[in-house]
Amino acid sequence: MFTLLNVAQPDTLEAAYNILKEKRSNAVLGGCAYLRLGSQTIHTGVDLSKLGLRYSKDYGSYIEIGAMTSLRDVETNAALNNYADGLLPKAVANIIGVQFRNVVTVGASVFMRYGFSDFLTALLALDTEVELIKGGRMTLAAFLDTPRSKDILTKIIINKTKGHAAYQALRNSASDYPLLTVAASQLDGEWKIAVGARPIRARLAVQAAAQLRDGDNDRTAEVMEQAVQTAVGELSFGDNRRASAAYRQAVAQTLIKRAIAEVVACK
Amino acid sequence: MQITVIINHRQVTLDVQPNDFLVDTLRQQGLYSVRRGCDTSCCGLCTIWLNGKPTLSCATLSFRAHGKHITTIEGLRHEAEGFAHFMAAEGAEQCGYCSPGFILTVLAMKRELVNPTEADIIHYLTGNMCRCTGYQGQLRAIKKYLGVTAV
Repeated sequence: MFTLLNVAQPDTLEAAYNILKEKRSNAVLGGCAYLRLGSQTIHTGVDLSKLGLRYSKDYGSYIEIGAMTSLRDVETNAALNNYADGLLPKAVANIIGVQFRNVVTVGASVFMRYGFSDFLTALLALDTEVELIKGGRMTLAAFLDTPRSKDILTKIIINKTKGHAAYQALRNSASDYPLLTVAASQLDGEWKIAVGARPIRARLAVQAAAQLRDGDNDRTAEVMEQAVQTAVGELSFGDNRRASAAYRQAVAQTLIKRAIAEVVACK
Repeated sequence: MQITVIINHRQVTLDVQPNDFLVDTLRQQGLYSVRRGCDTSCCGLCTIWLNGKPTLSCATLSFRAHGKHITTIEGLRHEAEGFAHFMAAEGAEQCGYCSPGFILTVLAMKRELVNPTEADIIHYLTGNMCRCTGYQGQLRAIKKYLGVTAV
């Protein structure tokens, strides 16, 4: 169990950031569902509840989601259900249960870069940006490549582009952590294939996506098969108690193929 | 730190520590229907309603409930009894340990879902585990309670 010695509920983002950087053991409190499983001692937990960060807004060309928005809010949000074949709501719908998804937050799920995250995999297949107090605005893919630092993620921005997307995941049992997650999309003609729970954090299969983009439309099945092989070749897979690397790699071939086929079928 | 919450329609002021979770705070108030189960946020036994939404009390820091409405099964006794009759009629209850969290989720589902199918019901209840029944009796009970016929 983690230990939380003090709590601060600042009224401004600037105050929140100042408290966070005051001490090395200070931390931002997200939903805390995962944090509580660890043994960390937090001197001051920075609670963002008073900063109005629980919202989802559709601005027409983009959708903005505040860091304190729950994954249940994402699941039930009309704009997100209507965009990219409801990729994000589909991705989060199998995370444990409704009462859990009412607790966990978008900000913590993204900022912590959890390897098992369904949400992160789906976001990566969209044109997603994140905004941090110190780090500013950057693409999600760039953010995932930066080391974790003392910063506060305030919102994510999903730039809306025309196209389709599909999500696939495999779990040993319903409501368990996934042993592999895959999201594929074709937005404005550009393909993206994201694979997560490898078991490390989600990553884009860039070469495979380029193959799909440049592939011959008359040989769809062949191009798809080649892209699947490229994807499992360019990504790494590891072992944990849910699955071995070899099993993950074998499952990835099937899930990637299914996700691509689903997107192709949407045309 | 002090928080003021409305528990089952009654306003109370409580002293809580930053580290306290609602499951413990509520049990200290004598609300023993709120049960600790897995302690890893996946079994649903500790489910309460926070501002009307089913929420894991084992994963909710108590100070975050300040100013909010908390509902446990003690606050929905009459409605819970109504559903419990359906459970009993279907032999859907064995040890009963999971029942408070399970019933609270069913009652939340009744408010939230419009004309749910059997698949909708199963999906909504994924976060509530029962180690005795195998879920079939519970599913029959819920379908009869909600008048569900669609698969």
